[in-house]
Amino acid sequence: MIRVEEVSKRFRDYTVLDRVSFEIPDGKTTVILGPSGVGKTVLLKIMAGLLAPDAGRVYHDGNRIHFGRFADPRAETGGLGYVFQGGALFDSLTVAENVALVLEETTRLSRAEVRSRVSEALRRVGMAEHAELYPRALSGGMTRLVAIARALVAEPRCVFYDEPTTGLDPAIRERVSTMIRELREQRTRLQVVVTHDLDAARLLADSTYMLRAGKLVRADNVRKEDYEQAYA
Amino acid sequence: MGADWTSIPWVSAIVAPIDYLAFLVRVVVGSWDPRRTWARFIAQLSVHGAGAIPVVIITSVFIGLTTAVQTTYQLMGVVPKYFVGMGVGRLVLIELAPVLTGFIVAGRSASAIAAELGAMRVSEQIDALEVMGVDPYRYLCLPRVLATCIGLPVLVVVTEVVAIFTALIIAEMMLDVPASVFTYGVTHFFMLRDFTGGIVKSVLFGLLIGTSGCYYGFNVHGGAEAVGRAATRAVVLSAVLILLVDFVIALVFFKT
Repeated sequence: MIRVEEVSKRFRDYTVLDRVSFEIPDGKTTVILGPSGVGKTVLLKIMAGLLAPDAGRVYHDGNRIHFGRFADPRAETGGLGYVFQGGALFDSLTVAENVALVLEETTRLSRAEVRSRVSEALRRVGMAEHAELYPRALSGGMTRLVAIARALVAEPRCVFYDEPTTGLDPAIRERVSTMIRELREQRTRLQVVVTHDLDAARLLADSTYMLRAGKLVRADNVRKEDYEQAYA
Repeated sequence: MGADWTSIPWVSAIVAPIDYLAFLVRVVVGSWDPRRTWARFIAQLSVHGAGAIPVVIITSVFIGLTTAVQTTYQLMGVVPKYFVGMGVGRLVLIELAPVLTGFIVAGRSASAIAAELGAMRVSEQIDALEVMGVDPYRYLCLPRVLATCIGLPVLVVVTEVVAIFTALIIAEMMLDVPASVFTYGVTHFFMLRDFTGGIVKSVLFGLLIGTSGCYYGFNVHGGAEAVGRAATRAVVLSAVLILLVDFVIALVFFKT
């Protein structure tokens, strides 16, 4: 379970998060909804331990997350899967090396086991035949698929997705949505999806929140008109 | 919600050196893992050590030529000719080779490291390492810092050999100082402390160059412009720290 308590964040005079508190239960997929620029990614990064809040606390399974140079996020979060909006693939590594990195650096698996798990992860996202390409040779959609494979290959307990379906062609968008839905059905992972896409939110979410004016409000069955009205 | 105190110039002036030192400690002490670092260290040594050899050789030739001409100009007619060899040898070993090679490596490697890590910061690759549980200080910084620490002393030795040999040649051919006399001056007045002092300096210079590049690369906030700024700052900080440490080492090793 992830618990966020009284988290605030501001950039200069702009308050992005204003004493936000909520909980995300294990095995559930939670969607945080809102248009671009409202602070969804900021909240996601704070929850992942990547960005220090100005105030407030974040807990993963009761462990308080510490921020800063000497913090050890892995010990506190247990290792996360995080799909960045731009992919954040390592451009000096091939697709297969990108996916293998987390296993090579954080586990003691044999090379054969790493290869096998990487192949399986790439096969699941339909990128097995592109394993030897470098990220610069991939389209935006392919990059997102590899990023998903990388996030899932170590079988993390929590997976965070930053706008996972934004900017993708319909086929890849459907493939990404299906994968997140399948993981949701398994009920073994805590998933957090931030998106501005109401249709995607309806498709993926067990519970939905809307971020507006720094506050997070529950919005499980929000109608399109109400969503648009909220940010008008 | 706290204000961003580091945006106040005098606070920043106090905080920045402390932050840099904390970064240095985090890289060198906090992320030590030879088993996982070795392969990347070798790759970085190839880039920041072996890759710098051509430019270091070219520079060393001119260091040798200029030092021989200047030393001869200063000493000729005042003292015996073998003092030209002594002057060139000791000047190169103690001062010119470590400091000038340090500047070359600072210009080449500190900027490259800052730009590379800065681009990785901007494209969230460093964030990706952190969330995966891969220590970015160990994965990215430690191999680069070790490479500059180990690579720079080797480059300094290359500079010393090439510069003194070049000085010997020009002394023989153009300055009316026979090679045997020049060599006598170099070897007779050679002191091990001169050589070790230069090497100790270069290890410290390498540490400062590597950490300056990593520090500014890691702290990039913004886009391409911020990456360029980080590269410039890394070179400037390296150069200033090289001169500062050079003075401290002079006091420790060479003060009579």
